[in-house]
Amino acid sequence: MSATQDTTLNETLFDKIGGAPAVEAAVDIFYRKVLMDYRINRFFENTDMDTQRAKQKAFLTMAFGGPNNYTGTDMRNAHARFIKMGLDDSHFDAVMENLGATLEELDVPQELIAEVAAIAESTRNDVLNR
Amino acid sequence: MRSLDNAPPASAQAGLKDTLQQQNYFPACLCRPEQNMTVQMPNQQGIWIQANVVKKQWLSPDILRLVLEYETKFNFFVGQLINLKRPDGLIRSYSIANIPHHENILEFHIRRLPDGQFSTWAHDELEIGMELTISQAQGSCHYLPGRAEQPLLLAGTGSGLAPLWGIVTDALVKGHSGPIHLFHGSRDPDGLYLRDEMREMAMEFENFRYTPCLSGDTAAADYARGRAYEVALSSAQSLKGWRVYLCGHPEMVKQTRKMVYLKGASMNDIYADAFHVNPAEK
Ligand SMILES: Cc1cc2nc3c(=O)[nH]c(=O)nc-3n(C[C@H](O)[C@H](O)[C@H](O)COP(=O)(O)OP(=O)(O)OC[C@H]3O[C@@H](n4cnc5c(N)ncnc54)[C@H](O)[C@@H]3O)c2cc1C
Ligand code: HEM
Repeated sequence: MSATQDTTLNETLFDKIGGAPAVEAAVDIFYRKVLMDYRINRFFENTDMDTQRAKQKAFLTMAFGGPNNYTGTDMRNAHARFIKMGLDDSHFDAVMENLGATLEELDVPQELIAEVAAIAESTRNDVLNR
Repeated sequence: MRSLDNAPPASAQAGLKDTLQQQNYFPACLCRPEQNMTVQMPNQQGIWIQANVVKKQWLSPDILRLVLEYETKFNFFVGQLINLKRPDGLIRSYSIANIPHHENILEFHIRRLPDGQFSTWAHDELEIGMELTISQAQGSCHYLPGRAEQPLLLAGTGSGLAPLWGIVTDALVKGHSGPIHLFHGSRDPDGLYLRDEMREMAMEFENFRYTPCLSGDTAAADYARGRAYEVALSSAQSLKGWRVYLCGHPEMVKQTRKMVYLKGASMNDIYADAFHVNPAEK
């Protein structure tokens, strides 16, 4: 973990959820849900599964408040081409729903799920390029 | 990267496929070495080894069992692939079909492809006693002990049976106690080579089940109808908790990998080798 996190006495959200092993467990469930969700799976169709999975891990690490270097601009760039495919609030909501369901399946306490949802929610305008 | 001697620290291998961990692979950016390691780049060819043809046997009209004896001892797992190099330099990958022997023997199943340069040559011109050069073993599609009670599903077409049969043998020898289901597919009965051996093995080991599948028009008793992958997929309601091995036709391997995952198998429990054929290559 990064030095800044070690200096805080309070455990970070990322640690509370279980760190990298939790991301590993969550990605399996989350990615399956996304691929089976007819509302959004078309965005994930034409990509290599291994690459996709790596990106899902990046997404989850970020949502769990873990170490990442993504900026708002990165989020805009990463999703810009999906805007052209019609990405909008309804898809964003679907991702949020899958994220919540994944954490529930992993028995993550409700208050932590709420924190994760808040982090993910904070990227909405960047992801939707607004 | 890969360490050739001491294992890298566990923290540097987090998230990596278990078979690659076992082979001491690690991403260089994550590794703070705790002991000396001799390292190699992942696809560095390393050393080439001399080998001699000791046996050629046809398992079906278009599948050749090629047995080589090699000089320098090296480690491998059945199911990994080896690059075979012809004297003129033409290289092709083939999967290892036998578990390590003390006699330095390697077995491959090579399918004849119409106008295939290497496979046709191996079938028609390669002779007993001739020398070939071989690479070291590569790839992560192999059996690892541990979780001996986990159910295994293996599915493949054509010469994809080579690694799968090897992996089944390896698992049984290492005392795997969970159910092991092997599905092998072909268009016609000739392609379902080694079926007597498979059936004998299924008689001998209670936890091993073999399902030969015919996708062509011939209907025959004792065979499942349809493509091996589809038959395999429909054999279980859910694949949650299963370990899955897929080998053979690239497009089928790719699609089935996704289906197997959607049916509940964890991505880390899916091992796949697509037998890519590359006509553009020399
Ligand atoms: C991981 C892995 C494991 C493998 N394991 C095995 C194994 O265990 N057993 C096995 O049998 N194979 C295996 N293969 C496949 C093997 O490596 C070879 O690709 C295969 O044997 C064909 O090689 P070849 O030289 O005979 O054919 P190539 O000469 O490479 O030709 C391949 C095919 O393309 C066609 N072709 C050639 N040139 C052209 C052209 N100009 N235009 C159109 N078509 C053309 C040929 O007719 C032939 O059907 C594996 C591959 C991989 C990647
Ligand atoms: C909830 C907020 C979201 C966050 C925090 C987020 C975050 C990320 C991140 C970090 C990446 C990896 C970028 C990279 O490294 O290239 C990514 C990629 C991706 N995202 Fe999102 N994302 C969100 C919402 C969505 C939504 C709603 C969709 C579509 C339904 C979506 C579809 C994708 C796709 C398809 C990729 C892969 C891009 C590629 O293959 O290059 N994301 N996302």
